[in-house]
Amino acid sequence: MKAGVEALNRLRQLLPPILAAAIGFGGWELLLRLTQPDGFVLPAPSKIADAVIENSAAIQTATRVTGFIVVSGLLAGVLFGVAAALLVTAFRTANETLTPLAVAVNAVPIVALAPIFNAWFGLLSPRSNQAVVVALVFFPIFINTSRGLVEVEPSQVELMESYGAPKWRIIREVRIPNAMPYFFTALKLGTSLAVIAAIVAEYFGGRQDALGNIITNSAGLTRYADAWAAVLAGSLLGIALYGLAVLLERLVMPWYFLGRRT
Amino acid sequence: MTADPTPAVEIRPASAVEISGVTKVFNPGGTNEVLALDNIDLNVDAGDFVTLIGPSGCGKSTLLRLVAALVDSTSGTVLVNGKTADQARLDRDYSMVFQKAGLFDWRDVSRNIELPLELMGWKAADRRRRSAEMLELVKLVDFAHHHPLELSGGMAQRVAIARAMSFKPALLLMDEPFGALDEMTREHMQNELLRIWSETETTVIFVTHSISEAVFLSTKVVVMSPRPGRIAAVIDNDLGTRDDTARDTPQFFANVSAVRRVLRAGESQ
Repeated sequence: MKAGVEALNRLRQLLPPILAAAIGFGGWELLLRLTQPDGFVLPAPSKIADAVIENSAAIQTATRVTGFIVVSGLLAGVLFGVAAALLVTAFRTANETLTPLAVAVNAVPIVALAPIFNAWFGLLSPRSNQAVVVALVFFPIFINTSRGLVEVEPSQVELMESYGAPKWRIIREVRIPNAMPYFFTALKLGTSLAVIAAIVAEYFGGRQDALGNIITNSAGLTRYADAWAAVLAGSLLGIALYGLAVLLERLVMPWYFLGRRT
Repeated sequence: MTADPTPAVEIRPASAVEISGVTKVFNPGGTNEVLALDNIDLNVDAGDFVTLIGPSGCGKSTLLRLVAALVDSTSGTVLVNGKTADQARLDRDYSMVFQKAGLFDWRDVSRNIELPLELMGWKAADRRRRSAEMLELVKLVDFAHHHPLELSGGMAQRVAIARAMSFKPALLLMDEPFGALDEMTREHMQNELLRIWSETETTVIFVTHSISEAVFLSTKVVVMSPRPGRIAAVIDNDLGTRDDTARDTPQFFANVSAVRRVLRAGESQ
């Protein structure tokens, strides 16, 4: 009975966005059929759907290629970001040298480095694309996680000290759990950043069968429906990764959502 | 029968805390140098319930932190159970309760209570048993697996007390533990603390700025005055009974007045 009520409430929550999407796409389709039957510049949703089906093999491959770059770059960026955050928390000198440097480097428009990375790693190597993703993901993870490690309740640290706890134990019992919400905020941000970084980097080089190349090549050949189909695949990739990050957040820190149920 | 020429060793209560000639200067040499504590002497006997009371800036919290070895004194000595304060900290001779319960949101109530035991390397089964015992002591048996975010302020503070008492320290240091609670909860918590104190025979040093709280709880009220932090008076406080009924006795009101007089005198200096 209670489960039924909950399911109904859930449905009621989902209904407005579904309805809005249906109206939006329906309106888009209708408007283009009336004004621009050839759908040259902006194709109707049905034409994009056709393009997806027509190129499904190429788009699947491209999503896999780009997906690999996104996921591997995201993982490496998260790993480096968390490691750097732990380093600056544990050692004061590391904090005094690394943090200002990170803030300065963060001001560099990293996507603009893509052509330079191509020169470093080879024009057709996916390494340069991965490097852009790593660099872009690193900063929000590093800055947010180190904030979470530092901004702890002072009395919780005093409490641990009063129990004679060593520094590493305070990091493990207080600082790391405290940093979790900060980390997951950055991770969720990082998933969309990673997709953007990978696709934009692919505009400049890397493997020729990736989403970014399909978009530039199709647009260059005025095959706009194909370009849109690749954009759609990129969006789905981003949504899937974001959803995964949300799921992970719920699994890793269920306690965080206890007092905040919506 | 001849009298023993050497008297039997006198069994007197050992000093739980001996503070002698302690001075604390914050930011020495700086433009913001502050003499927080000036030449403090204080003895706390085992089993005492001592409150430190005074206006803000009188150094009562600093004095408590000196006993806890969370700050160092500039000069003078602090002995806890006959050892240096820092040794006592490492030996876990005392436990602390702060104004904020400071529970870890990522642990349930039972595992919050087990935290010090984990740090001491207790086995899981022993920890579990002790945590259950402590939940009984603070009357929260049904809340073992609740999370801190689900507790009221008073309940959270009772968990903090259970956590502090979990390894049965000889000395309990409390820094305005009920300062953030409403009056009703506060009085209830005071009654509970007195019950726990008499059941466990723990020595307590308790910082507060409430006169009635100090008089209701303590065996000894230490009144402090500010700028620089000094002890204005140490008032022995015997109310006869040690329960809720003491709040309405003439002795209670008389002692409240006595403490207030000393506090006012310190202010007008």
